[in-house]
Amino acid sequence: MDVLGRYRNLIVLVGVLFAQILGLAVQVKHTTDSESTRLIRIWAVDSVTPLEKVLVWTQTSSRNIWHNYFYLRGVRAENRSLKAQIEQMSLERVRMSQDADQARRLQAILAFKEQFISQTKAAQVIGSSGSELSRSVYIDKGEHDGIKPDMAVITADGIVGKVLRVYGSTSQVLLIDDQTSGVGAILDKTRLQGILRGTSSGEVVLEKVMSDETVPAGEQVLTSGGDGIFPKGLLVGRVMKVASGGELFLNIRVRPAADLSKLEEVLVVTKIDEKQAQPDQGTSVRAIDILAERLPGVPSKTDNADTSAAPSNADSDGKPKPVTPQASATSGGPITAAASTDTKTFPKPTKAPVDPKPQPALQDTPH
Amino acid sequence: MAITYTSGEQVEVYRFSLPATILIPLTAIFIQAWLPLRFPFFSNFDLPLLVVIGFATARRSPLAGLITGGLIGIFQDALTHQPIGLYGISKTVVGFGASSLGIKLDVENTGARFLLTIFFYVMHEIVYFMIARGLVGLHMAWSWRHELVSGAANALLGVLVYMLLDHVKQRT
Repeated sequence: MDVLGRYRNLIVLVGVLFAQILGLAVQVKHTTDSESTRLIRIWAVDSVTPLEKVLVWTQTSSRNIWHNYFYLRGVRAENRSLKAQIEQMSLERVRMSQDADQARRLQAILAFKEQFISQTKAAQVIGSSGSELSRSVYIDKGEHDGIKPDMAVITADGIVGKVLRVYGSTSQVLLIDDQTSGVGAILDKTRLQGILRGTSSGEVVLEKVMSDETVPAGEQVLTSGGDGIFPKGLLVGRVMKVASGGELFLNIRVRPAADLSKLEEVLVVTKIDEKQAQPDQGTSVRAIDILAERLPGVPSKTDNADTSAAPSNADSDGKPKPVTPQASATSGGPITAAASTDTKTFPKPTKAPVDPKPQPALQDTPH
Repeated sequence: MAITYTSGEQVEVYRFSLPATILIPLTAIFIQAWLPLRFPFFSNFDLPLLVVIGFATARRSPLAGLITGGLIGIFQDALTHQPIGLYGISKTVVGFGASSLGIKLDVENTGARFLLTIFFYVMHEIVYFMIARGLVGLHMAWSWRHELVSGAANALLGVLVYMLLDHVKQRT
């Protein structure tokens, strides 16, 4: 009894450590959370996140008041510049829709299935795990908002991570730079596939690319869709440095496109549609059609009436102007990216191009 | 004024009120989770660890130290996606060690606090490293330089934290 009293502190220490090591071993064996560990996590998250939400809300509100009411200097100039950009982009869109149509036709021939992000949910990042060895963040949307584990989390710049755990009104997102994360990735130009992983120091590396391949620095890294979480084709980042790693594989360091250290708002991909590519039925306005409006040709009877409406490419004496190389290259069919890259040569369309097909674009649902 | 006598030296034992015992660790964990989002460099600090050391050295009770350390560590673990127990075990050891050492040493002056924090920070990282690699199978790299620099940075912050704790601790 005397010995027990003398070494009481040490015995308790050993007991507490033993219990924790035992608990740890059980958790490592069972990858999913048990009821007791889940309860501890819920208590911890519920006691920390409400205050984080209040702080983030206060911060966002005060910043919005400043930006929306007080700090409006230069808005007119910015508005003009944005309008010019919209005009420019609408022209570019015509060209790109041609490329997309062509791609769809080819995909339909090959019975390809496309993945569309059809629904996203905007969320605010409210907190982190607070540990360098657990690169994860908390967002202010949870089970009540339709968030489920393994949903992809992205920003406008690139992918961020995936939903790991979901609580009532918050969720934990595992970032792509965590060492336990893994994303199927593909290099944009060389089309080499690999697995994107984080490291303990917070770097992101592309693994499983054979050492006899050539990967240039600066090449874009996209999602390959192979992980079943991220749809194919989302931007991951750029190759920063390539070194010969082990015996078989290259050591490719990737700089994530999204700034993972300063995340504020993210989009959770709540719905991904998969459907077979359908070729366009030709209802959209093609860039070549718009270009043809300016080129002299044999006018049809109906065209005679309104030739003056469209801007003319002819001289005042009726002689045709020289056709640009881009135009001559594309006169035989749809414009491709290779054939014409200078969108400034296209005149502004007289009517907005109509494309009845849904585009694989982000649609933010109200939240 | 109650004074405990250990090895012939007079050592004062302090206690903390219940609200302080609950709110200070919670605040530390909250700041640790929130601040790195705004200031990423803050993830190099371990504010809950500094609170564990501060509590343990003031109370000078190994039992209270290990229990406080264990609970704060487990709470911290719960916010990560790693298994619960990594921080729990590390902080249990630190809590026990800091309170045991607090009985034997004068931990009231700034220099001693600074050195003590570096020592316990490195000890914490060693225990964490061993558990994470040996039991959980995480890939981790060890760098003495990084740990010592982080330890010094934490010790600087620790000196400020202990000064704040001095205001809320009460003599038993």
